[in-house]
Amino acid sequence: MTPRLQRLLLAAAAVSVLGGTLGALSMSTMGEELVYYWSPTELHAKGDAARDATVRIMGMVVDGSVEWMPEEQRLAFRVTDGSEEVAVEGTGAPPQMFREGIGVVVEGRLHADGVFRSQTVMVKHDNAYAPPAEGEMPDEVYRALQASSAEGT
Amino acid sequence: MDLPPLEALPLTPGKAVAVLAILVIALLNVRAGRRPWYLARWEDAFGLVGLCLLLDGQYMGLVDAPRERMMGEVGRILYVHVPSAWLTMVAFTLTCLFAIGFLVTGWRSLDLLVESAAEVGVALGIVLQLTGMLFARPTWGVYWDWDPRLVSTAVMLLSFIGVLTLRSLLTDPDQRANLTSAGAILATTSMIVTYFSVRWWRSLHQMQSSPDTVASPMVLVLRINAFAMLFLFTWLLVRRWRLARALAARDEAPPLPSAEVPA
Repeated sequence: MTPRLQRLLLAAAAVSVLGGTLGALSMSTMGEELVYYWSPTELHAKGDAARDATVRIMGMVVDGSVEWMPEEQRLAFRVTDGSEEVAVEGTGAPPQMFREGIGVVVEGRLHADGVFRSQTVMVKHDNAYAPPAEGEMPDEVYRALQASSAEGT
Repeated sequence: MDLPPLEALPLTPGKAVAVLAILVIALLNVRAGRRPWYLARWEDAFGLVGLCLLLDGQYMGLVDAPRERMMGEVGRILYVHVPSAWLTMVAFTLTCLFAIGFLVTGWRSLDLLVESAAEVGVALGIVLQLTGMLFARPTWGVYWDWDPRLVSTAVMLLSFIGVLTLRSLLTDPDQRANLTSAGAILATTSMIVTYFSVRWWRSLHQMQSSPDTVASPMVLVLRINAFAMLFLFTWLLVRRWRLARALAARDEAPPLPSAEVPA
């Protein structure tokens, strides 16, 4: 085998592995079976199987549902995927971007009382970036939270 | 691409220096052969322009650009994070093209370019990963989570670091060149998976932004920083390639005759 033929065979092999892997990945149903989070609807559909297992759920924070209890450093809110809602309780102050209407990914367990208790509340930002609208104060929500938590402690 | 009106481009110190640098380079090229050390090679012009654009772009990102609606001042790290993501992708795409080119043609220069582009890509990828973590903590609330985009980016970096490690372990020049290129093509899989990870799978990381989802003053600043990084990338790549060439020339040179003491 000449060195040239050897190189060409290597190129062909490497490129076909590359193409094959990508083709298989883009066709596979891995995205449906192995997921980073469930929606509230999916969580409810699992029924009892979802209880007491550590999972992540993602949803939008329902307007008017946020309740911050500074004395206990506890944050309660509901998340929705548009059709179903889950009541979530987190501990500690949430990330700076947390507010009503924003997407969140929460990691925790669904308890028997139907409340999803979480130690990790993560904010999922969408791909839009814009300056604040007229009169909008970007840090208002967080400042209010900080102020109330300073009072509580 | 619709260019912004000129008045949207305020004259900042960086831009003034960039314009001056271009003039200086033009003048020096007229008087070729008497260039100062910082313009010793053609790629140094790229480095200089890139540095000026970066100063300018970062100034605009930190001062001129509006704060982000949700993220406030923290959102300004976007102007480092996103351009480094783009350039990491450019670096690894070039690595793959050089690798295919080497295996088809057998040109030694392409083998050295595979090594150089991969190494610059790893450096940019580390900037990408670190700025991403610093961005994530105040916005998402965590430095790291086992999200498909974050994991695939780490796998991509480790793949190319693996290729470079393999290269450093091989001593036979032909075998080293062939396996580096084959490995680089295989590692490119992880780069493409990283790109599509936010579309194929659910993730904490958002989908790619586009000029439709980003306000226009922010798009402008992103573009300036992206061009700055592109110029700096070109400079780094060519510098690294010259180093690789010098090292290869040293390795291939015949051993010096041992000095014989005359009787």
